[in-house]
Amino acid sequence: MISNTLPQSLIDNPLLSQWIAFEQRGSVRVGSGKVEIGQGILTALTQIAADELDVRPEQISLVSGQTDISPAEGFTSGSYSIAVGGASIRLVCAEVRSLFLDRIAETLGCLLSELSIEDGRFLRAGKDTGHDYWSMAADIGLERRASGTAPTKRPSTYKIVGKHLPRLDLPAKVVGAGFIHDIAPENLLHARVLRQPWRGAHLAGLDESAVRKAARIPIEILREGEFTALTADSEIAVMRASEAARTLAKWEGGTPPPSDAGTPAWIKGQPSRDKTTETGKPGRAMAGRVIEASYSRPFLTYGSIATSCALAEFKDGALKVWSHSQGPAVLREWLARALGLPAAEVNVFHRQGAGAYGHNTADDAAFDASFIAMRHPGRTVRVQWSREDEFAAAPISTAMVIALRAELNEDNKPADWTIEIWSPPHAQRPGMNGNSNLLGAAALPNAPPLKPLNDVPDERGGGATRNAVAIYDLPRHRLIHHLLPEVPIRTSSLRGLGAWANVFAIESFIDELAEIAGEDPVSYRLSLLSDPRARRVVETAARMSNWFEVKNLPEGRARGFGFARYKNIASFAAVVVELEVEEEISLKKVWCAADAGLVIAPDGARNQLEGGIIQGASFVMREQVRFEDGRSAIHSWQDYPILRFSDIPEIEIELIDNPNEPTLGLGEASVGPTGAAIGNALAPALGRRIRDLPLTRERIMATLLAE
Amino acid sequence: MTENLSFVVNGRPVSLSIDSTTPLLSVLRDDLDLRGSKFGCGTEQCGACMVLIDGKPEYSCSREAATVEGKTVTTVEGLSGTAGSHPLQQALLDEQAGQCGYCLSGILISAAALLASNPKPSRADIIAALDPHLCRCGIHNRVIRAVQKAATVIAGARP
Repeated sequence: MISNTLPQSLIDNPLLSQWIAFEQRGSVRVGSGKVEIGQGILTALTQIAADELDVRPEQISLVSGQTDISPAEGFTSGSYSIAVGGASIRLVCAEVRSLFLDRIAETLGCLLSELSIEDGRFLRAGKDTGHDYWSMAADIGLERRASGTAPTKRPSTYKIVGKHLPRLDLPAKVVGAGFIHDIAPENLLHARVLRQPWRGAHLAGLDESAVRKAARIPIEILREGEFTALTADSEIAVMRASEAARTLAKWEGGTPPPSDAGTPAWIKGQPSRDKTTETGKPGRAMAGRVIEASYSRPFLTYGSIATSCALAEFKDGALKVWSHSQGPAVLREWLARALGLPAAEVNVFHRQGAGAYGHNTADDAAFDASFIAMRHPGRTVRVQWSREDEFAAAPISTAMVIALRAELNEDNKPADWTIEIWSPPHAQRPGMNGNSNLLGAAALPNAPPLKPLNDVPDERGGGATRNAVAIYDLPRHRLIHHLLPEVPIRTSSLRGLGAWANVFAIESFIDELAEIAGEDPVSYRLSLLSDPRARRVVETAARMSNWFEVKNLPEGRARGFGFARYKNIASFAAVVVELEVEEEISLKKVWCAADAGLVIAPDGARNQLEGGIIQGASFVMREQVRFEDGRSAIHSWQDYPILRFSDIPEIEIELIDNPNEPTLGLGEASVGPTGAAIGNALAPALGRRIRDLPLTRERIMATLLAE
Repeated sequence: MTENLSFVVNGRPVSLSIDSTTPLLSVLRDDLDLRGSKFGCGTEQCGACMVLIDGKPEYSCSREAATVEGKTVTTVEGLSGTAGSHPLQQALLDEQAGQCGYCLSGILISAAALLASNPKPSRADIIAALDPHLCRCGIHNRVIRAVQKAATVIAGARP
């Protein structure tokens, strides 16, 4: 059975009417604060609602991220959308169905067991009663608190959940429609903002006449503090002007990051706040059996294919904002604060952008458009960022150093285990740490100083400490977390936050220990895993890939294994990678087994795992943000290569059928194990382990030459 | 700098009086309201803006509109011709080859050009044709399967 404890979203939005309405005959409006970022959430939530209400999926009209009528559900992040948002919708729909059925039974004087629902119509002994959700809705009233106690359907009775429902948003997308970028009302005012190249930079000089000349048609230049916006009726004019402005601007002051920012030495040299967490008691270690290794990852950027876009209109004291923000309700609150408006006068409408794999610039673009709209009442202001600004000014996924230490017992198993992490915070989304974290707002005169930074708290999965605690049976575990809160870079969330680097480090280290023990890496893992679900996932991936049977691969070709349970509470995923290496890595085949409990949208789940594999591979094989002259050295995709069609291996996925277990978040589950499996395959293929990411051609060549 | 510019877009002759140094993508999106082609980078590095020019896939984000004077341009909106949809579009849906979908309109253009010149492409042919396109969500294998499927469908439809 699915548990009936109240999920957070339902605690925050307790009224049934915040979630569901029967306004238009035949159609059910279901609200969600979770938004589509390419992960298929709208389809999966529709499946849950339709099944629980006994209506057809096409009868559900999902209103997502519209702040005046959708529930406020924080950010769409951390693989919480199905596990928390979906669970809330399930409980609400079950309760609504129950309320209506009780009322019908009372009206007709019949037993509940005689009643059923079809397409929203109530049947008694299979015959239409003439009543339906819409005819009864006014009488029942949904302005009441959800109790969360109504019985939900048994998974074995699902007709829509767990079955294939094609993505609802794809038909529009295959004709190139459905994106925020395509909204073009009359009377648009186009705008671009000149970005500060680093935190606190002061615009000491800007040749405005040269900027105007570059635009070729008249533009307006709005300057307040360090916030400089260029506006015109034509987008191309503001594009040209902003390109010129970027070149012409003279900046001084502030805190430009040094060129070695992100190297392990730089990271470990930053001021830190330290915390040690210990559990268990050490086992009996053998003298001299202390193994240590240190791993690192560089700065990364999320690299969405679209640049961020927002529209805003300010009229009669009220602000309307269209944004692809991952947290429309949070954005509303912090826009209101930063702009000095009552929150009730701000309404955010979520519209889809390109994939967001973390904290992107959607919120910043929304602030840009809103701030400019307030200076042009009645106009709809549209901001679309340049690619260069995306690379230069987007939040950065932070570099980390992760050191592992194990003392081994006489069986070569860890008797004592320490993981030590150095990392800036992994989250600076709007509102976090009491900061608006909106780039434009920070550029205004009298912008409030940045409040001290913390990382994502452990009860929310942690940031740098996400997946820091290895899932293996370890008698004593010690976690030393050095939070680096003062780095002069806007570090924030990218898919999995610290998880994938921790998994890379832990799984690499486990392979290193297995090698010392002279054991097969999968057998060694299994000897340390007592959780039956974890074992099953590991065993399934081994079976799929014939792990134990395939030996003697040609020289330069090898396989590696990686495993984790995302956040130690979400989905389990095990990945086997087969690769070849000459001067660089060529991926040949990937196998992935996952256990996500009850799977709502099986093809959507596979799509997410596949995407996570490719993105995880790209992270560890190619990606790195460097700084030079105080700013990001990434100007275009040429400076930031990601995996392309010609790099993609065959991928085989097996979802373990576990419908009676609660749904577990899955969107981030395959990323870490994939990176780890690549590292673990590269080591035998190369005959040398590389512990610092990315595993690029340059790094591989340098490693070989250092021999 | 305003000039007259005439070309055929999606089978329809158009004549515009514009600054002909404007990128073709802007003309398509803003002046002709054909918003299927996407801005991704502006530097011909991601493929989101791909259109057919006289049948060949070309980036539209930085080339000047004047370069298509007298030529034939096809955007994703014109891919299906008079049919309801191009077999590639149906194949993408059949394979659920999309996550965010932002790269798809450009990919469709290159895939359509490939199938027009090579009705039975190998996996390697498809990869070569699509390699100019970046996808960040990781739908590559699904897209490759969709192109293979569309090729089969088109071959089956041919008498």
